[in-house]
Amino acid sequence: MNEQLLGLADDELVIGWRDSEWTGIAPMLEEDVAFSSIAQNEIGHARAVYELLSDDADALAFDRAPEEYLCAPLVQLHLLAWGRTIARRWLYEVADEIRITTLMEETPLAAKINREEAYHRMHAEMWRERLADTPQFRAAVDELWPYALGVLPPEQRDALASRVGRDAVEAVERGAHDAAFADLHAEMTMVRRSAPAGAQW
Amino acid sequence: MVTAEQVWAAFEEIPDPEIPVISLVDLGVIRSVDVENGQVHVEFTPTFLGCPALEVMKRALEETVSGLGGDPDVQVIQDDSWSTDKITPAGREKLRAAGFAPPALREASAPQLVQLQSNVFRCPYCGSTETRLENIFGPTPCRSVRYCESCRQPFEQFKTI
Repeated sequence: MNEQLLGLADDELVIGWRDSEWTGIAPMLEEDVAFSSIAQNEIGHARAVYELLSDDADALAFDRAPEEYLCAPLVQLHLLAWGRTIARRWLYEVADEIRITTLMEETPLAAKINREEAYHRMHAEMWRERLADTPQFRAAVDELWPYALGVLPPEQRDALASRVGRDAVEAVERGAHDAAFADLHAEMTMVRRSAPAGAQW
Repeated sequence: MVTAEQVWAAFEEIPDPEIPVISLVDLGVIRSVDVENGQVHVEFTPTFLGCPALEVMKRALEETVSGLGGDPDVQVIQDDSWSTDKITPAGREKLRAAGFAPPALREASAPQLVQLQSNVFRCPYCGSTETRLENIFGPTPCRSVRYCESCRQPFEQFKTI
């Protein structure tokens, strides 16, 4: 299996899940709407990539053990405060643009995903501008920067550093799973695990 | 035996599940229909990948082909071939009449925030371009929310993809 595409799908599934945690509790109604739509898009991207990789997308999405997921540690982090959530969204979208535009050469689906991601980038950039001078946002970018680098393979990290205006440091690499991810996995797979064998949706 | 023309005509009667004022043909999501020995091959191009209406659309296409006595084979094409530019002129007019501002045409580069914040978007109710962006996101992933300063009416603007 193409590990780069599987990593992309796992990232999109998990960040979609994490973003959906703001539905109903975002600091303003517009952001309830925005985060819900973004989450829906990201999970839709995950599904399309899983379908590209396998005839049974649900099995690929939900039947693996937690340690088999290839998602970057950045997307696993749980219940971040608003400034940290925005810092994650912004860093993730900048990294994701570098990755997706590279994949577009060989994978037509990536070009379609990129069209939708353009709106996520605008949303993230709008919030970055708004929060850029706050100590909370700056501290969050400091904290999450090594995680953001881990979204990309080593050869694409200089491009990210240049876009974000920071020096590349040691990355938090894929393959690590935090305790919060085990909880997320249990929640995410609950419906599938509890469905009777042979259930059709 | 069913013909491609009959299939197209029947597809024109299938409403979009979320915006029933336009049909799937108006929406431009059907790329081709080929009939071969009673088998009806349909190429269907998704709109937004996370759109929950996609499964409903695919099933409606299959049921419509079966209803005509054909054997449906609906292929979902996962590439960048659908764009909001594929919405037909008739479809765009139906959207506008129902209060949804039709999408701007796709440009060579990805849309930028500065464009969404400019006043080129026309209010579907009064026709004014004195409109501002309220939220990039709206009730479904394919729509933004804008506000018309002239008639003081919020409205939904289709995103360009």
